[in-house]
Amino acid sequence: MSSDVATRAAAPAESTGGTSGAPSWWRGALRWEVGLVVVLAAVLLFGSIKSPHFTEASTLFYLGINTGYVAIMALPVTFVIMTGEIDLSVASMLGLSASTVGYLWHHGWNVWAAFAVALLVGAVGGALNGVLVAHFGLPSIAVTIGTLTLFRGLAEVLLGSLTIPTIGDRQFPSGLTDIGANSLPGSQLSWSMLIFLVLAVVFGIVLHFTALGRSMVAIGLQPEAAQFAGIRVRRIKLGLFVLSGVLSAFAGILDMLQQASVTYDIGTGLELNVVAIVLFGGVSIFGGRGTIVGVVLSVAIVGSLQMALTQINVSADKQNIVTGVLLLISVIVPNGGEALRRVRDRLRRRPLPRAG
Amino acid sequence: MTAVPGRTGGGPAVLALLRAREVGLLVLIALVVLITTVKNSHFVEANSVQQMLSGAALFALLGVGETLVIITRNVDLSVGSVLGLAAYVVGYLFKYHHIPVWSGFLIGTLIGAAAGLVNGLIVTVLRVPSLVVTLGMLYVIRGIDGVIVNGDQIDPASIPNSFTAVGYRTFLGVPWLAIIVAVVVAGAGYAMRSFRSSRELYAIGSNPDAAALAGIPIGRRVFSAFLISGTLAGLAGSLFLALHTQINNNGGIGYELIVVTAVVVGGVAIFGGSGSVVGAALGALLLNVINQALVAARISAFWNQAIAGALLLTAIAFDRWLSLRVTRSLQSAEGAHHEL
Repeated sequence: MSSDVATRAAAPAESTGGTSGAPSWWRGALRWEVGLVVVLAAVLLFGSIKSPHFTEASTLFYLGINTGYVAIMALPVTFVIMTGEIDLSVASMLGLSASTVGYLWHHGWNVWAAFAVALLVGAVGGALNGVLVAHFGLPSIAVTIGTLTLFRGLAEVLLGSLTIPTIGDRQFPSGLTDIGANSLPGSQLSWSMLIFLVLAVVFGIVLHFTALGRSMVAIGLQPEAAQFAGIRVRRIKLGLFVLSGVLSAFAGILDMLQQASVTYDIGTGLELNVVAIVLFGGVSIFGGRGTIVGVVLSVAIVGSLQMALTQINVSADKQNIVTGVLLLISVIVPNGGEALRRVRDRLRRRPLPRAG
Repeated sequence: MTAVPGRTGGGPAVLALLRAREVGLLVLIALVVLITTVKNSHFVEANSVQQMLSGAALFALLGVGETLVIITRNVDLSVGSVLGLAAYVVGYLFKYHHIPVWSGFLIGTLIGAAAGLVNGLIVTVLRVPSLVVTLGMLYVIRGIDGVIVNGDQIDPASIPNSFTAVGYRTFLGVPWLAIIVAVVVAGAGYAMRSFRSSRELYAIGSNPDAAALAGIPIGRRVFSAFLISGTLAGLAGSLFLALHTQINNNGGIGYELIVVTAVVVGGVAIFGGSGSVVGAALGALLLNVINQALVAARISAFWNQAIAGALLLTAIAFDRWLSLRVTRSLQSAEGAHHEL
């Protein structure tokens, strides 16, 4: 135990000696992103060698269709995890939002009014998470497992076993559902991917270049110190959960339009994909560490790997294994070195008692 | 009922409050049963009660392992996948290799133990967060399951009758399945109150640093918790196959969150240090009773999930309120003491 403390204490001293001033976590994160770039290059190479279709332009379009709306949820979840909390209810909110639109559409509402209500539902659901976590001090993992079940349950209550549009319903406006079939004019980018990229730039600027972003990092690293430093911890956390709810609701609308239909179980289980993307992007589950660049790279890796594997007919099951292994690697690699050191220390120390 | 999970040095009133969780759950279960029976007298018929017990039994069994893990401030999200893998492999061996019935239980349990071993090793040796590790394992094991299953389906005809008997036969009106799980819960409940090593799990969850300073072998204890959780998930896989008599690649999908819900509703603190396996088992039973009550009361089953979610939120809010009250009463008691 004592040697462990010693190595931990020694490490920052060594590293700051090399590059004056640069905080060691930033350099650590940078190394992770470099690793992600290498992995991305390897995936792209793998895809273009193995699949004749991988380099076709339409690959980018389908990647966007499959990944864009999931990636949009990954951004606010990144912020939430940065502050040391977690939001597992995102995929259920996606489902509740899409089901809300479906329900209102079934009852003859105007599509834009239905969207507005769905986004409002997202804000209210996010606020419920936020109030329970930030103001009542409840653990976010338990709260959002609860709302995961609750939101999906409400979606089920709304739609039951219906698929909307059902018999007798109008079809969704084709101008809107086209986003699932057509790319942006003059490119192969899907609408959902474009929206993700724009949001990623905004999120990146907020996280890395604003006081609000620094506050989130501070909350994640030292919540009490952040509180004493005058950061409005509760308000920020509440705001982030609301943001997460609204963007998940938005992702629900996108997913629904891409599919041009909705059932209550739309997007079930995606919360784990979202968390996997964020963590593989190098965001620490304990908060305070991570970059938007990492998350974007992670989206690119997961998305293109999925495309490549699907094109060469690798089953969804094997893709599951790949996702799981990526996630395990993302925590094992950064901790592996330290674990090795511990084992070595223990082996080195063991002979001592016998000698003495 | 002497020991109260994870808390020492509280006054008797505090003990009573915390212990009341199991009583509270029993009262709640009784209330649901009573109200539903008034609406539909068929609800308490033997058949429906047996269904309730069998359905809850699997989650209660998973809940025992999950409780041990959560008490140490960890979580095991891989239990649903482990259950699915064990159930299919056992079914496969029955169908294509005609293994003896007893080995069906043994092999399922061993598969679970292997998964628990991997989880435990990664979490304790590499010291990485269990949430991420078991989330990764959820995917990996489900993927391996899918590769092995490869579109196959095990039908009731392939499974020996004496194996599925565990699922449908009863003793004095109680399903064997429920009896097996009750024995495990009782054994684990006793161990968690009486054994030194189990008490150390609470110490680890309450305050890991203090536990380390007290000389508790944290790594070994946490490892054991994961090993037991995996083992019980494997056994639950065998029992799942016996109960449902058929399996493909989607057995146990999403169970991990139901189990965590049951455990937390049962009074186990998600950040470790307190809770009991009996409470967790009662939490599982309550969820299942509500489930069946909706059907009996002819309320749309679509309400099921919404109610489970609301129940979980209520449970954690209640726990928070309770702990604040306890703290306040302890503080005021201390204040009174000083005045004397």
